[in-house]
Amino acid sequence: MQALVCQPTAAPALFSAEGAVGVIFLLTVALVVTGALIAVNANRLVRAVAGLAVCFTGLAGVYYFLLSPFLAMMQMLIYVGAVSILIAFGIMMATPEEQQTTGMKHRSILAGPLAFSVGALIFAALTVLGLKTQWQVFPRQGAFDIKAVGMSLLTTHSLVFELISIVLLMAIIGALVLAQRGRN
Amino acid sequence: MQLLNLYNCLPTYLVIGALLFAFGVYGMVVRRTVIGMLISSEFILAAASTNFMAFNRFLAPDPVVGQIFTLFIMAIAAAEAAIAVSIMIAVYRNYKTIETEDLVDLQG
Repeated sequence: MQALVCQPTAAPALFSAEGAVGVIFLLTVALVVTGALIAVNANRLVRAVAGLAVCFTGLAGVYYFLLSPFLAMMQMLIYVGAVSILIAFGIMMATPEEQQTTGMKHRSILAGPLAFSVGALIFAALTVLGLKTQWQVFPRQGAFDIKAVGMSLLTTHSLVFELISIVLLMAIIGALVLAQRGRN
Repeated sequence: MQLLNLYNCLPTYLVIGALLFAFGVYGMVVRRTVIGMLISSEFILAAASTNFMAFNRFLAPDPVVGQIFTLFIMAIAAAEAAIAVSIMIAVYRNYKTIETEDLVDLQG
């Protein structure tokens, strides 16, 4: 069963092209984990946002390894380029200077270990679930390329495509209205 | 070196997704400001899209569906971040703070 979800079973040598790809993948995963650790544990909010950007850069690499360069580019464009900058703007506009930390001072001593154990439990459960399940592989029918994605967006998934554009329009208008209110 | 073949295995990506989800939940619990919780929720959404992309790469018959779903998750996440930041700015105007422990007017 493991052979089905691990496609070439032979392990590559370290100093070959495939070995270099494997090393780059490990570095990418390290980038994801480091960024996530910084984003969740940093004391200052600006550093947390920087960790978020680092983590999402690594995640773009992971998408590249999942054979979707288009999604990797979108990840860089939307998350690293837009969402991180947006959150950084939020920190600059909505936080006074002395409050830009994460507010660790008045919280219960139990909160940290409790949160850690909840996270560790969830991680362990999901990992066991992912490793133990007998995944069923279906025969492949379509192509991976961006042309197929574009065709599908305009034919099969066109309704969802229109809906998502309405959602984004609503979000823009709603953000404008919310930020406008109370301004004198 | 089986370690170098990890990128061709489905469980690797599932573990990455689980790790991101756990980081998100941990951050949601441990953070005390709205911005920290927003950052953590981005991790939860990223975990979901990682899983979609992994199943799309290894198991799905039509490898377009997962990519499109991930694209939609990204759009939703961007909209959510924009709305959350504008709500934060509105809250900050009224309360002069964004720490969750000070925003307890409805608690009575």
